[in-house]
Amino acid sequence: MRGIAHDAVGVLSAIGGFVIGGLAAIGRMSKFAARALGHAVLPPYYPARLLEQILVIGYFSLPVVGLTALFIGSALVQQIYIGGSRFNAASTVPAVTVIGIVRELGPVLGGLMVAGRVSSAMAAELGTMRVTEQIDALATLRTDPYRYLIAPRLVAAVLVMPILVLVANIVGVLGGFLLATGRLGFNSANYLNTTMEYLKVEDVVSSMVKAAVFGFFIALMGCYHGFRSTGGAAGVGKATTNAVVSAFIMILLSNLVITVLVFGT
Amino acid sequence: MTEIPKIALKGLRKRFGSKQVLQGVDLNICAGESMVVIGGSGTGKSVMMKCILGLIAPDAGRIEVDGVDVTHLKGRALAAHQARFGMLFQGGALFDSLSVWRNVSFALDQSRKGADLRAAAIDNLARVGLGAEVADLRPSELSGGMQKRVALARAIAPRPEIVFFDEPTTGLDPIMADVINDLIVELVRDLKITALTITHDMASVRKVADRVAMLYAGRIVWHGPREGIDATGNPYVYQFVNGRAEGPIKMAVRGG
Repeated sequence: MRGIAHDAVGVLSAIGGFVIGGLAAIGRMSKFAARALGHAVLPPYYPARLLEQILVIGYFSLPVVGLTALFIGSALVQQIYIGGSRFNAASTVPAVTVIGIVRELGPVLGGLMVAGRVSSAMAAELGTMRVTEQIDALATLRTDPYRYLIAPRLVAAVLVMPILVLVANIVGVLGGFLLATGRLGFNSANYLNTTMEYLKVEDVVSSMVKAAVFGFFIALMGCYHGFRSTGGAAGVGKATTNAVVSAFIMILLSNLVITVLVFGT
Repeated sequence: MTEIPKIALKGLRKRFGSKQVLQGVDLNICAGESMVVIGGSGTGKSVMMKCILGLIAPDAGRIEVDGVDVTHLKGRALAAHQARFGMLFQGGALFDSLSVWRNVSFALDQSRKGADLRAAAIDNLARVGLGAEVADLRPSELSGGMQKRVALARAIAPRPEIVFFDEPTTGLDPIMADVINDLIVELVRDLKITALTITHDMASVRKVADRVAMLYAGRIVWHGPREGIDATGNPYVYQFVNGRAEGPIKMAVRGG
């Protein structure tokens, strides 16, 4: 009995430690985000750094986001067609596809791909700057590291993600359209008409809101883990992994929350 | 002491987790003097420096610059405090994404014209014995000694009142180390700065220091003029200066 009680205490204290650790991490992240946002709105601004980040995050993510959307859009149409045919409902393919892509797959897959590319790169770059004392050096060179390094990344990601997701949505629907008309015998005019008919303004707006939120988490996780990394090359590697994993989780979690809030009632 | 010291540390304490790194550091650095703090690896020399710069917050104690308490500054006041310092980091800490002249002119007013900033950078490079031909190179294209010199030029470019040197000769060959030491002496003299150097290189101490302090186990165990280090009678200083494995210093030798 005593052994079991002892084990139970051990398990409970492990769970408690985990919860406390998690809450502390959330607190640190919130503080970090608040500080970075505060610095993003107050001068001095670094427009050159912002443009650089818009290019790095936005422009160079276009190929990977576009390809992902193209492939997923096509595959989605194929599956909806197979499923729909069983109920003589193949005509719902354009409607289901556009709703599925714009509401969920466009922002989520776009977000995950950009997170894989950008959160990791930010964590690695800032982590290396941290361990080589370049971040400390900024402070001694009359430059606030939050303003110079973090704020441009956060702002750029929040601005650029909606555009990337818009592209992903269009390319995704286009991929589906190409497969539907080329392989499944849909009439192209009818397909496009049905697509436009079922696409609502609120779908596009929720898609853009999701994208901006994901952009925020992508940059926040990359910057936070990079900024706090310690202990040389291994520390930077760990920061990079943590940045990507936590960005993925935050994207999927915030997606669920927004979906339930917007469409769940 | 009637004169107000440039930098005064009073009972400075800092711990990381269970490790008490600084256990009450008391140190005065006078205006225009070159103070060198010696001590083994892991004795808290860098932590002390970063506390003064406001990069690390001490747990207890006071830091004064020109008699004004600067221990818990925040925001603009902290930025203004940090702007009074220049620092030469151990690894140089040059920004590898920027060219040499962009690095050197980094702390200068960026609203000035590009050509103007570049000229200012070249002036500062000349001060550390580098020619204009390195201005457009990337830091990664330079040797270790040249990187140190560029970092030195960057630290002095905004003409700070106080310059910190973190292990300025570590990783350099003895000749290049001597060149860097000469440069530090020259800059301290010509620019009339107050200098704080931390090092474990005795050649550097003998060349650069006006006064020397020894940090051991988180406290200053001895301080005095440079000429005094060979005859202190202090067993810690004796062991360190002469590089003996045997003596009262045990922890640091075993990498504690």
